[in-house]
Amino acid sequence: MPILEIKDIYKSFGDTSVLKGIDFSLEKGEVISMIGSSGSGKTTLLRCINFLETPDRGKIIVNGDTLFDADDPATQKESEIRKKRLHFGLVFQSFNLFPQYTALKNVILANELLVKERPDYKENRRAIENDILEKAVNILTSVGLKDKMHLYPHQLSGGQQQRVAIARALAMSPDILCFDEPTSALDPELTGEVLKVIKSLADGKTTMIIVTHEMQFARDVSDKVLFMDGGVIVESGTPEDLFGAPKERRTKQFLERYFDIKTE
Amino acid sequence: MFLTVFSALNTGFLKTLELFALTLVGALPLGLIISLGSMSKFKPLKYLVKAIIWIVRGTPLMLQLLIIYYGPGLLGHNWWGGGESGRFIATTVAFIFNYSCYFSEIYRGGIEGVPIGQREAGEVLGMTKIQIFFRVTLLQVIKRILPPISNEIITLVKDTSLSRIIALQEVIWAGQAFMKSDGLIWPLFFTGVYFLVASGILTIFLDKLEKKLSYFRI
Repeated sequence: MPILEIKDIYKSFGDTSVLKGIDFSLEKGEVISMIGSSGSGKTTLLRCINFLETPDRGKIIVNGDTLFDADDPATQKESEIRKKRLHFGLVFQSFNLFPQYTALKNVILANELLVKERPDYKENRRAIENDILEKAVNILTSVGLKDKMHLYPHQLSGGQQQRVAIARALAMSPDILCFDEPTSALDPELTGEVLKVIKSLADGKTTMIIVTHEMQFARDVSDKVLFMDGGVIVESGTPEDLFGAPKERRTKQFLERYFDIKTE
Repeated sequence: MFLTVFSALNTGFLKTLELFALTLVGALPLGLIISLGSMSKFKPLKYLVKAIIWIVRGTPLMLQLLIIYYGPGLLGHNWWGGGESGRFIATTVAFIFNYSCYFSEIYRGGIEGVPIGQREAGEVLGMTKIQIFFRVTLLQVIKRILPPISNEIITLVKDTSLSRIIALQEVIWAGQAFMKSDGLIWPLFFTGVYFLVASGILTIFLDKLEKKLSYFRI
């Protein structure tokens, strides 16, 4: 059974329809990259999956569980959406770290608040909080920021901030980790350190959806690549097929344009 | 003579401080309520609140003071009661109303100034709306609004003197009284020292507060 099934998602903003029937699925441990020009709907799709936008039509199914069904208002209750979100993690283009907290606190804050809802919180408070702290330190160490964890976001470089943001998402142990153009706001020399972290997550079989403009990276890291244009998935396949032998005209045009600019 | 003046001015300034403190206590929270109204998704409420803010910010506080104090009487109501206590209540109401409108616009700017990504980051981490407000947004809003709020607070110290227009017995009134009774003008001039000391102390205090929040950047 796929870990994630996206079925016939439609989304409009006013008169502009941004998603026009999106279907795809994702297996556990798989990495999917979404490529396509700006305005093709990649980011909106990612935001729908993370419940930041409500699709007009369609279903979102995780582990066989229908988390969202546009035809079933019972799946859209605010209080339940909060829990459903935790299946997913999202790393934003602009990091969105909380500026008033240290890197470490950014990573533990949401967990600290969440564990208070556990019935055994009062009895085991110490142990639970120690667990959270230990886990956060481990994750920060794994993204190479152990020695920076007591610094505030403004004291970190863009690449370091984005690595904290990745750690913050990982700390919630999501089933599926989503990235919305994670390196687009970074100076070119800082993209490498962030991509390296994502690559190591892929090697560790983390299930991920990555919206990116880094074609080379998409090719290296993905099991499957989706090319989106005009609110639909034009073509999908293995990176070898999609980059090596694209079938659709629009895919060819997009890739030609992209690699032309690259080689100039 | 100096002691007489000094004690009279002290009494007057005490009234000034009372007005100052009550205005802050009333206007800081009321401003928040008004700002929420001005950001309401319910259009009629939003425009009503915006119209009120426009009127209050668009007319002189002195005029508002006169209307609020004398207005009810013209309509045959004795809301404020007579004498000094009546003047004080009317003045306080006028000041709270006026300042809450100014504060509301500052709050609105502060709240709208927090990038939407902050709220979204909290949401995708499974935080509730209340948690996001108190743990993520609030401190950023406070940091953002502190400088303009400080400005208003300093202005308020001096604006209290406008209540002289309805003969509230604050420090300017107390100083001026010596012109009539003893032909002395220096007590009136001397009231400036009181305002300088008060605004000086406030400036130091508010700067400290701002420094306290300088450990992070927004």
